Amino acid sequence: MPKDTGIGASQKRREDVRFLTGAGNYTDDINVSGQAYVHFVRSEVAHAKILSIDTAKASELPGVVQIFTGSDFEGVGGLPCGWQVTDRYGEPMQEPPHPILAQEKVRHVGDPIAAVVADTYAQARDAAEAISIDFEELPAVVDMSSALDDGSVKVHDNLKSNLCYDWVLGEADDTKIQEAFDAAAHVTTLELTNQRLVANPMEPRVAVGDYNRASDEHTLYTTSQNPHVIRLLMCAFVLGLPEHKVRVVAPDVGGGFGTKIFHYAEEAFCTFAAKACNRPVKWTSSRTEAFQTDAHGRDHVTKIELALDDANNFTAIRTHTHANMGAYLSTFASSIPTWLHGTLMAGNYKTPAIQVNVRAVFTNTVPVDAYRGAGRPEATFQLERVIDIAARELKVDPIALRRQNFITEFPYETPVALAYDTGDYHGTMDRLEANGDFSGFAARRAESEAQGKLRGLGVNCYIEACGIAPSNIAGALGARAGLYDAATVRVNATGSISVLVGAHSHGQGHETVFPQVIAEMIGIDESQVEIVHGDSSKIPFGMGTYGSRSLAVCGSAMVRATEKVINKAKKIAAHLMEASESDIELKDGTFSVAGTDKSVAWGDVTLTAYVPHNFPLEDLEPGLEETAFYDPANFTFPAGGYACEVEVDPETGHVSVERFTAADDFGNVVNPMIVDGQVHGGLGQGIGQALLENCAYDESGQLLTGSFMDYAMPRADDVPFYSVDHSSQTPCTHNPLGVKGCGEAGAIGSPPAVVNAVIDALQSGGHDVTHIDMPVSPGRVWEAIQK
Amino acid sequence: MSKVTMTVNGRATSGDVEGRTLLSSYLRDTLGLTGTHIGCDTSQCGTCVVHVDGKVVKSCTMLALEADGAVVDTIEGQANADGSLNVIQQAFQDHHGLQCGFCTPGMVMSAAALLKDNPKPSESEIRKYLEGNLCRCTGYHNIVKAILAASGQDVSVVAAE
Ligand code: FES
Ligand code: FES
Repeated sequence: MPKDTGIGASQKRREDVRFLTGAGNYTDDINVSGQAYVHFVRSEVAHAKILSIDTAKASELPGVVQIFTGSDFEGVGGLPCGWQVTDRYGEPMQEPPHPILAQEKVRHVGDPIAAVVADTYAQARDAAEAISIDFEELPAVVDMSSALDDGSVKVHDNLKSNLCYDWVLGEADDTKIQEAFDAAAHVTTLELTNQRLVANPMEPRVAVGDYNRASDEHTLYTTSQNPHVIRLLMCAFVLGLPEHKVRVVAPDVGGGFGTKIFHYAEEAFCTFAAKACNRPVKWTSSRTEAFQTDAHGRDHVTKIELALDDANNFTAIRTHTHANMGAYLSTFASSIPTWLHGTLMAGNYKTPAIQVNVRAVFTNTVPVDAYRGAGRPEATFQLERVIDIAARELKVDPIALRRQNFITEFPYETPVALAYDTGDYHGTMDRLEANGDFSGFAARRAESEAQGKLRGLGVNCYIEACGIAPSNIAGALGARAGLYDAATVRVNATGSISVLVGAHSHGQGHETVFPQVIAEMIGIDESQVEIVHGDSSKIPFGMGTYGSRSLAVCGSAMVRATEKVINKAKKIAAHLMEASESDIELKDGTFSVAGTDKSVAWGDVTLTAYVPHNFPLEDLEPGLEETAFYDPANFTFPAGGYACEVEVDPETGHVSVERFTAADDFGNVVNPMIVDGQVHGGLGQGIGQALLENCAYDESGQLLTGSFMDYAMPRADDVPFYSVDHSSQTPCTHNPLGVKGCGEAGAIGSPPAVVNAVIDALQSGGHDVTHIDMPVSPGRVWEAIQK
Repeated sequence: MSKVTMTVNGRATSGDVEGRTLLSSYLRDTLGLTGTHIGCDTSQCGTCVVHVDGKVVKSCTMLALEADGAVVDTIEGQANADGSLNVIQQAFQDHHGLQCGFCTPGMVMSAAALLKDNPKPSESEIRKYLEGNLCRCTGYHNIVKAILAASGQDVSVVAAE
């Protein structure tokens, strides 16, 4: 029976009302009295030496407040990277400086060179055009493998090469892994590209810097998924400001998908310039700038080999990947192809020997960092594609081959550093087979064929690791940040509750979901609980929202803080009822003494906490407010199976997704409606990657896809209604809610299902095609058909 | 600077604009109606959709001067007279047709225009009509479902929730 309140209820979202009436408060809606506007002059070439910058004429133009160039930032720190990867030889990664405004050189199209602050945005733009910049264009390096050639142009002159690191996980000994391959009965090899993507949240980035001379306090309003992380990085590494003098506010944020995790130059610039100009300074990214400056995602080139014995058991996996870092290391760039990708190469399968090798490469392109899934889609795609190809080569059913190799006993230690706490991969596969109506596929295929179309069914599994933790292990692996989260549960005198959380909601619905948990724990109405987030001056130091962590990590902190509140409230209730604390029970918002008819309401206890006339003051402090920091003992491991049915038009190569079925195990679910929505959104992005999206550069480093005219975003008629099911549940064993996280699954699990389906369709038409790189565009499909 | 006057959400407004001021900027910056969003600079995203003289318009593609004397409706004027959500807005909430909310004003305004012309659109008519409205959060499932529901059609058959 679906519940209508508390944990498990599909509560409608309370935040919707403001968004549906135009009353949302996004960063660009914030205007500070007296604000000026900044326009950045950005490099139009991929690689050049700046010879001179002449701003004289521009500074005379109307409205210009001040013009900044790299020289104004000498002595100011650069943008830091938050994860130091150690390479296979024990050496730290190469870490180039990342200035706020270019110093001497520009290294990608969009690299900021100068910034014009003026009274109006139009004046800033006009003045920017009057700045003349003399530069010497240098050859650019775009392709990763040529970037590693001896004698290649270097992106950073003072680094040894364009290699950031050469990293290995799992079996480090090349001979040993080779032995496993030598002993194999069958080896399947696949070379593929996981193309560069642009996250493109619909809200472009915005930053507003404000400075108060009287109090020496800075405020930065910014489109961020993690305001405290931005404050720490900007204060400690870039501007050298005391954290207690800086407030970072991320109000309503219009989608993040990873790209709003990172600390960007424009945030530091607006904070810096607001003091330098003694005026608030606002920057609003255009979409064109977003394409040139938001960290991109994916961009791996991989060779994967899968070894099987003569009974079709997986015996070894070996991968070699080149991962593009772009021109600089974005905040978490280095960790994505390593600890968020290599660690996932076991997938849902028991493979005894695995070697993952990643070489991270600098090129003259926009920095690459986390984008929804971050490393895990890249791992899933290569593994699930190679398994599908192996099944075809061995002429076995691809689902049977997967089932045969499933991990079935938990906890399970993989050869690539993870310990899966729990899972049931047969369980989700059963749901998938049932909901996907696989038995009806043959009839649907016949129908498509009657219309001259090819129909294919593609299936895959996925596993992801969410809520990256614990902090001490992550730290040992190179993380320069903690990975806990925090919540303060502040009970008001009349019993309502403000919950101050470190997680940030930018579409996830925390304002609705988090109160469901607390209301259930206490037994009060959800409307009595309100979430406060996104303002470093109000909330405890939290790490924000990314990696499907909010409920698993911050939600756990909230549960712990609520438990502390309940414990204290029970003491007060015991005092009021002159009973022993151990006899107090809390149910439906009422404290009672076990075995008696004595009771006292939640509101009476909370009022007593703040009006402590009849209160055990000698044993207990007044008030009712508790904070908890929660550092998880392990990752969580959502997993599942996805199926896609496509129809391919052999005349045009056009692929249409006809059915998409998802069966996920997210552990316990608090709000099924919101979880469904998270999966839908991930599927939209995964199908977008599989069929449409591609961020392309030419050899000179020009960005060819710099707007929505050239970068194909999925639209409503590119996708079908999805079938989503998360009823197969193995609760997480190490967090109090038993939840695993659901934000990224759709984007991680769907691309291989789509491509597997396209290949299945083409093979059914007698076309000998084993792989097509994403995006599987009509052109690529048509070419494959012609071969 | 030139003076423009417009009736926006039933109220007379006026302001001074430059020749290059877009209708979207007039609404956001001059009138403070920030429910109309800006998500691109190439007229592709639809987060800026409003109605001008009853026609659906991307307000980033129209100069404020071109709308001089026009009747303009924005998301801020869509709720019922008593402040409650209108049928389309309510359907978006009921069916979780929004996540971050950034595309939402444009989606609601486009849906209103669609349902005016075509009171019972099919799924595929809705999907085609939304060609100019991008959403990065929802995968469109619940947006399409919400519009079907707002048109009074039965959505219980739509897969999942
Ligand atoms: S702002 Fe994107 S279409 Fe108008
Ligand atoms: S709800 Fe976020 S873009 Fe549509």
